[in-house]
Order: sequence, then structure tokens, then C-alpha cells
Amino acid sequence: MGGHSNWPEWIYVGIVIALMTWVGAEAWEAERLVEHVPEDAKVIKVTGQQWFWTFEHEDGTKEIGELHVEKGKAYKFEVMATDVNHSFNIHDYVVLIDAIPGRVNTVWFAPDKVGEHDIQCREYCGLIHYNMRGKLIVEEPLS
Amino acid sequence: MVLELQKPRPIWQIMFSTHHTDVGLLYLISSLGFLFLGGALALAIRAELFLPGAQIIADAMTFNRIFTVHGTTLIFLFIIPFASAVGNYYVPIMVRYKDMAYPKLNAIAFWMIPPSGALIWLGFADFTWYATPPYSIISAPGPAADMWIFGLKILGISSVLGAINFVVTILKCKHPDMSIGQVPLLAWSFLSSSLIILVAIPTFAAALLMLLTDRLGVSGFFNPAMGGDPIAYAHLFWFTFHPEVYVLVIPAIGMMYEIIPRFSRKPIFSYNSGVFAFVLLSIVGFSSWAHHMYATGMSFTEKTVFMVGTLAAVPASAMHVFNFVATMWNGRIRFSTPMMWAVGGIALFFSAGAGGVVNSAMPLDFTTHDTYWVVGHFHLFVMGTIAFGSIGYLYYMFPYVTGRMYNETMGKIHFILSFVGTILVFFTQHVLGLYGMPRRIFDYPPIPEWIAMNQIASIGAMIIGVSMAVFLYNMIYSSGKGKLADTNDPFGLGGKYYYPFEAKNPSH
Repeated sequence: MGGHSNWPEWIYVGIVIALMTWVGAEAWEAERLVEHVPEDAKVIKVTGQQWFWTFEHEDGTKEIGELHVEKGKAYKFEVMATDVNHSFNIHDYVVLIDAIPGRVNTVWFAPDKVGEHDIQCREYCGLIHYNMRGKLIVEEPLS
Repeated sequence: MVLELQKPRPIWQIMFSTHHTDVGLLYLISSLGFLFLGGALALAIRAELFLPGAQIIADAMTFNRIFTVHGTTLIFLFIIPFASAVGNYYVPIMVRYKDMAYPKLNAIAFWMIPPSGALIWLGFADFTWYATPPYSIISAPGPAADMWIFGLKILGISSVLGAINFVVTILKCKHPDMSIGQVPLLAWSFLSSSLIILVAIPTFAAALLMLLTDRLGVSGFFNPAMGGDPIAYAHLFWFTFHPEVYVLVIPAIGMMYEIIPRFSRKPIFSYNSGVFAFVLLSIVGFSSWAHHMYATGMSFTEKTVFMVGTLAAVPASAMHVFNFVATMWNGRIRFSTPMMWAVGGIALFFSAGAGGVVNSAMPLDFTTHDTYWVVGHFHLFVMGTIAFGSIGYLYYMFPYVTGRMYNETMGKIHFILSFVGTILVFFTQHVLGLYGMPRRIFDYPPIPEWIAMNQIASIGAMIIGVSMAVFLYNMIYSSGKGKLADTNDPFGLGGKYYYPFEAKNPSH
């Protein structure tokens, strides 16, 4: 209070608001692009249960704990859970979506390099949550 | 309030008293007790994570129980009761009233804490402080989970009673000569945080009851097997507990508003902007709860709305930081222990806020969500900002409460070790999160970066542990055998001007 002028604070608040607006706009733009699923993405059904991941490809092939995909193709995960909440995560490709019983959540990615990556559960799901891990194996396309 | 501990009284006179300073003392001692208990659990967690594989904790179940009780204890049994302690001591004096508005209600609100603390500690539940269904409904074992629910229920009632008391004391019992625009910022912080409590807590109280009946099998609000929706719980929970973040942080900011001008020997830069930022924060605090839920499959529009709501809270927080820095600018600063804690707390508040902007930006959140980044982020708030402000204030009020002076050297050692330790633990945990380590895990694969980061964090935690041992010794020794304090000017700042609230209340 008192007689002194407060203009430095107004300038500072203005800068903060401008900065936050910029962060928000950039985030909005990036998220809009990230959420756009390509038309030709192949669907993989992912099921989380205490304490492992099951994968079902479009052709009906099932895998447990390991997921084989081909380089350069887009995949759309339809993620669900059978018992408690889990969170499907391939950290190297920033794939993260909760697996919630009674819901189907989707997320997509397109691996660009051959290699192995960790799959893990990122939502607390009980006793063996720490070891609810899998492997993503990206292979050269066959054709 | 000065010197009441110097007149020896039997302990039951303090325990059954309804006087605000006695209740404040009870709050203070119990909250510090829980600080050390919860801190010991943190050390156990860090020791376990020093290396991959089981170290000192036998199994994952015990580990899960430990981090659940660690979080619950420090949030509900340390931070909130500590703020109530400060509020009990200072709010009536600041509004120039003889006591809290409802002294008996005040004592009842305190005496709800020991039974709920006992329920939480004897139960030792394992479903994290978030108690997510359906895990908490179908998987969480036995009486522990129910005891936790009842413990939190009682604590919720205690918070609401305390909040009503603060609101009535400040608005209705302030001295008639004093307008609301003259109430000190610390009292304003209690007014804002109490109003948030009154709006936010009932939602979680309802969710807890629904969770309990779900556990009993008579309802299925959150149980998908009975047609319920776990996401409904997430909304109810975060509608209470995102604003709760501001309930925790606003009193700590208020405490810094007491310390910084005193030790800068300058009036606060802008009282009006402090009040404005408190009020603004307590309103926009309600517009951001679902930023905890980006990964639950929310639509793009929902995510955008909550991102904007979250970013809207940043200018208000930034105004506080500006106010502190502008107050210290050109001041004759004296870096006594309370000032060191307050300034360190502001630095860490700024870092925590900057990290929070990253979380709130939608695409980046998918990198950080549920990793150690988040653990580091909110610990910078609860430890770096709130505990730092609170401990600084504890040193500040120590001479007024005990009539004795704490040991300044030990206070400074405590600060330096804690500050270094906090940076080592929680800044490192941000990086660890970027490497992808999930939260709440008992064990981790031997990835070299993860091991290195975990070891740095564990060493930092041990440094904090050592500093807290110094703190405990200092408090116990100095309250009995410390130098007698000059209660007119215990920090040698020169002149009564800097202690206006004491000077007006000789009878306290």
C-alpha cells in the first residue's frame, strides 16, 4: 500500500501472461497434431491386467508381454483393462494412456527405427506394479 | 502469547485448555511429531531405491504401505495441522481478538487429529494417498483400507471445523477499528485457504463415503463390475485436492509475508497485490483439477479447458514471488535463520512453478505424467515451499512461544543441509522422470541412468535426514535450556516497529 507506483509489477504480470499464452498456444497446436490418427493405422488391442500386458493384432495374433511391430507403419492402440486401472506406456515413443476397466482409450504411434523398447505400467495397480513390464520389438517390414 | 511456557503448568491444563495459544501448541507438537514419523518413512523409501533389488524393505506390499502412509501423514497430519498451529497463535492476535471465535470447536478440531492419525498408522493402507478405485474397492486388503477411509473422514471434519473458526474469527471478531483492508497478509492467507476448504472438502467427503459403501459391496459408484465409473472418483478426488494444493501453499506464503518484510526491515512492497493474488489463486484454483487426468482418455476440448485453467493460476503465484523480491530490494536484509528458510522457500517455489508449467502443457504431460518428474515437482511444493516456509516460521515464532532463543548456528546448518538435500533429491527426480521411471515402484530394472539418479536422490534424502536430526536437537534443547530471548526484539532487528502485532497485545 502507500503512494508508490506499481508499474513494474504490471509489466511483470503482463510478461508472465504473455509467456503462459504462448505456452498454451504451442501446447494446443502440438496436441492437435499428435492426436490426429492416420487413416491407415493398424489397430492393436491392448489389455492390462494384474500384472501383465496382452496384445491382439488385427489378424487375430495374440502376444503376451512382447509386442512385435514393423518399422514405418502407424499403429493405433485400443487400450483397456480387466481388473484395476493401469497405464500403458512406451516411454521412448511418448505413448501413454490409462487402461481403465469399462473404457476403451486410444493412442497411436509410428515407430521410425528398428530396435527394442520398454513397455511399462505407469499407474499404481498393486503388488507387482513395479514389474508390470513388457518389450516393444520394432522390426524391418517384411514386404 | 509470549512466555506462557515459562510459567510451569501441569500438562493436562494445556491438553484440556481451549485457549488459542494452548490449542496452537498442541497442533504444533503433534504436527512436528508427524513430520518426523513421515520423514522416517521417506528415508526408508529412499534407502530401498538406492539400488535395484530389495534392500531394506522385505516386499512390495510393505513398500506400497510405506509410501501411502508417508504421503497421507505429511499432507494431512503435518502440513495442515502446522498451518492451524500458526493460525491459532497469530490470527486472533492479528485481528485483535481475545481468542478464536469458537474456542471449544477449536479444541474439538484439534482432538480429532490424534484418533485419525492412529487409524492411518495402525491400519497402514497400501492404495496410495489417492486411493484409486477400482483397486481400492476390489484389491486393497482388509481393515487397513477402511481405517484409512475413516481416518481421512475425521480429518476432513476437523479441517472444516477449523476453517469455519478462522473465517468467523477474521470476518466477525476483528477489532471494530480495523477494516478488512488492514488485516495482515498472514490472516488473509488463512481467510483464503479456509474458504477454499469450505468449498472443496465436501466433495471428497462424499467420494469417501461412496468409496466405503463400494468396498462394503452395497453400491457400485466407482466399480466397473457393477456399472460404476472409476473416472467419476478421479473427478471428485481432484476437485477437492487440486484446490487443496492451494490450501497447503497459501498459509506458507502468508508466513513468508510475515518474515520477509521484518528481516528486510522494509514494509511489504504491495499489500494490495498480495491480497489480490491470494483471492485470485483461491478462485482459479478451482478451474484446473482435471489436469491430473489428461491420460485418462479425456477429449481434446476437455484437456484444453483444464490446461487454460491451470496456466491461469501462474500469474497469481508469480505476483507473490514478485512481491517478495520487490520487498527485499534495497532492504537492510538480515539473514537470520527464518529469513534464510523463507528466501530458500521462494527460490524453490519458483522452480516448482516453472516445472508445473511443463506438466500443464498437454503434450509434455504425457512424458512426465506418473513418472518421478511429478514426484519431484510436487515435493518441491510440499517440501521446498510449504515445509521451508513453515520451518522458517517455526524458527520465527520460537522465541515468542518459549521465551528462549534457538541456537542460530544449528538453525543455519539445518537450513543449508536441507536446501542442498532438497535440490539433490527433487531436482534429480525431475530428470529421473524424463528418463521414464514410473512413480510408486518398489524395484526397478538396472538401467544405468536410473541407478545413478536414484543414488543421488537417496544421498540427498540422507542429508535432509541429518539436518532434521540437528533440527530436533535444537528445538528440544533450546526450548528448555536456550538463551533467554529479548521478546521485544529477539532477532536484533532494532525497534518495535517490526513486531506490530505483539506490541498491541500486552495481555497475550
